Amino acid sequence: MAAIAHEPAHPTQTHHEVTRDVVNTLGTAGRGYFLALAGAVGLFLIGVTTFIMLLKEGLGLAGYNPPIFWSVYITNFVFWVGIGHAGTLISAILFLFRSSWRTAVYRATEAMTVFAVMTAGLFPIVHIGRQWFFYWLLPYPNQRFLWPNFKSPLVWDVFAIGTYLTVSTTFLCVGLVPDIAAARDLMKGWRSKVYGFFSLGWRGTHDQWRHYTRAYVYLAALATPLVLSVHSVVSWDFAMSLIPGWHGTIFAPYFVAGAIYSGVGMVLTLLIPLRKALKVEHMITDFHFDNLGKLTLFTGSILFYAYAMEYFIAWYSGNTFEQHAFWNRAFGPMWWGGWTMIICNAFVSQLLWFRRVRTNLTAMFVISIFINVGMWFERYVIVNSLGADFVPWAFDQMTPTWADWGMLAGSFGWFGMWFLLFARTFPVVAIQEVKELIPMPRLRKGGAH
Amino acid sequence: MARTVPGVLASFEHIDAACDAVGALRAQGREDFTVYSAAPNHELEHALGITNSPVRLFTLIGGLTGVCAGLGMTFWMSLDWPLLVGGKPIATVPPYVVFMFELMVLLGALSTVAGVVILSLSKPTTGMAYDPRFSDDQIGIFVPCPPAEAGRIEKLFREAGSVEVRHAA
Repeated sequence: MAAIAHEPAHPTQTHHEVTRDVVNTLGTAGRGYFLALAGAVGLFLIGVTTFIMLLKEGLGLAGYNPPIFWSVYITNFVFWVGIGHAGTLISAILFLFRSSWRTAVYRATEAMTVFAVMTAGLFPIVHIGRQWFFYWLLPYPNQRFLWPNFKSPLVWDVFAIGTYLTVSTTFLCVGLVPDIAAARDLMKGWRSKVYGFFSLGWRGTHDQWRHYTRAYVYLAALATPLVLSVHSVVSWDFAMSLIPGWHGTIFAPYFVAGAIYSGVGMVLTLLIPLRKALKVEHMITDFHFDNLGKLTLFTGSILFYAYAMEYFIAWYSGNTFEQHAFWNRAFGPMWWGGWTMIICNAFVSQLLWFRRVRTNLTAMFVISIFINVGMWFERYVIVNSLGADFVPWAFDQMTPTWADWGMLAGSFGWFGMWFLLFARTFPVVAIQEVKELIPMPRLRKGGAH
Repeated sequence: MARTVPGVLASFEHIDAACDAVGALRAQGREDFTVYSAAPNHELEHALGITNSPVRLFTLIGGLTGVCAGLGMTFWMSLDWPLLVGGKPIATVPPYVVFMFELMVLLGALSTVAGVVILSLSKPTTGMAYDPRFSDDQIGIFVPCPPAEAGRIEKLFREAGSVEVRHAA
């Protein structure tokens, strides 16, 4: 793929063309789609098989090794929660800032958020060992009248992730209703009936729009601080402990920036093939990739600063343990992981200073893969800081086993399966919001008042 | 099968024509009509004289309920089984702010959606004439009226620039 032609920032189609082009994406899928779906389901089944083995044999199958009892599963958890953040940034935060370029891409990213958080939520349950007692994390009246420890960041996490999943799903579904109604009205036969059921009787009356548009603003206003809080809470899972390399006040903003960075990376990985597969290249244009590239550059640069600052503070603090943790990260047994994260996240993102790179889809896709790999390794390196804490005789490393890789593969399969099913079932471009950008025809000359 | 509401349904391709029709209806003192559109439009909202939606009250009440629930739940449960952890106070505000915040967002969001559903159901569209083109590229206006009045309404729509007028009976 060469550099794509420069196209205008706002859609040039008519209202009818927007409806038609997006509803057409819901048609019968081709062979490529079913091959991709089969691949995702295959990976998912690997995860299911691994999980059944874990249920039967216990967590000993994973590579847990003292003192590392948080490992690949918690890495996956943080990785997938982070992926979700770009979706909420694009759908809610940019909505509040009236950033109109988001309209063509936000639906796909919001769906990505929901499926990524659904994936993330599985890993604490896998990690707890006795998975069938996962409900002990919830505050419910039990036989011994025991309640969770509300001072524990792990319980904060339950509430943060639960709220994030619920609110993101609500936000996605609310946004979908008018578009499902548009699909209902354009389709014929049983499809029209099915979409009619899910459109909840939407007709776009002025009263419905009046309540809907206000509700959408309030949902965005609630989702904005939520998305910032969620990865802050996830970072406190680490930062509230006294482990060297974890116990830093920089962790919350550092994690939030990293989450958005990784999420935008995944958005690029998904959107670049998706726009071609669904034939919506005229709607998701180089303008959108240029902006997504700028967002990646911005968050990647924050990460660059955070990485540098972690090393600086470790040196400046004079704290032996902190200094050792960061020396270990660069030159210890996990040096390869440490450098992978620094190169993929801090340095590769700097290529996005160039517009030619930001509008070259091949380059953007390759960079997005580097981001995905780099951000997974960032979490892996942070989690594995547990290997060297305070007492050198207890230092050790862990080696991931097939049970770790099996669950990682399963998570990609689970996420991919849902995303692919969504992309063919629901409009991936927000019909109603794109139409808002296109002026309606006028009888008389002159613009709107 | 819902009973059809008698009235006149007009389709518009042009936004200024639809706004003119809305203005003319309102000038006659009518407020009982319904406007259909594929997307919200500021010109239409202005012509309709739309005021703020009461859905914000649902958001406010839901959010405040969430804050109170987060505060009440954490304090009550901590004091119900006082477990000393690391010498910290049994019940204390800073860590519990997380629960107050999360429940504020959760209940605020859910009650907002409940508000839209309740408020939309309070003005049902059952039996009112509709055309699938209204979710595509046309604006519709439906005026409920007895057959005797339909001719006058149709004339108003034609003069405003409607591309199609239908009578629902």
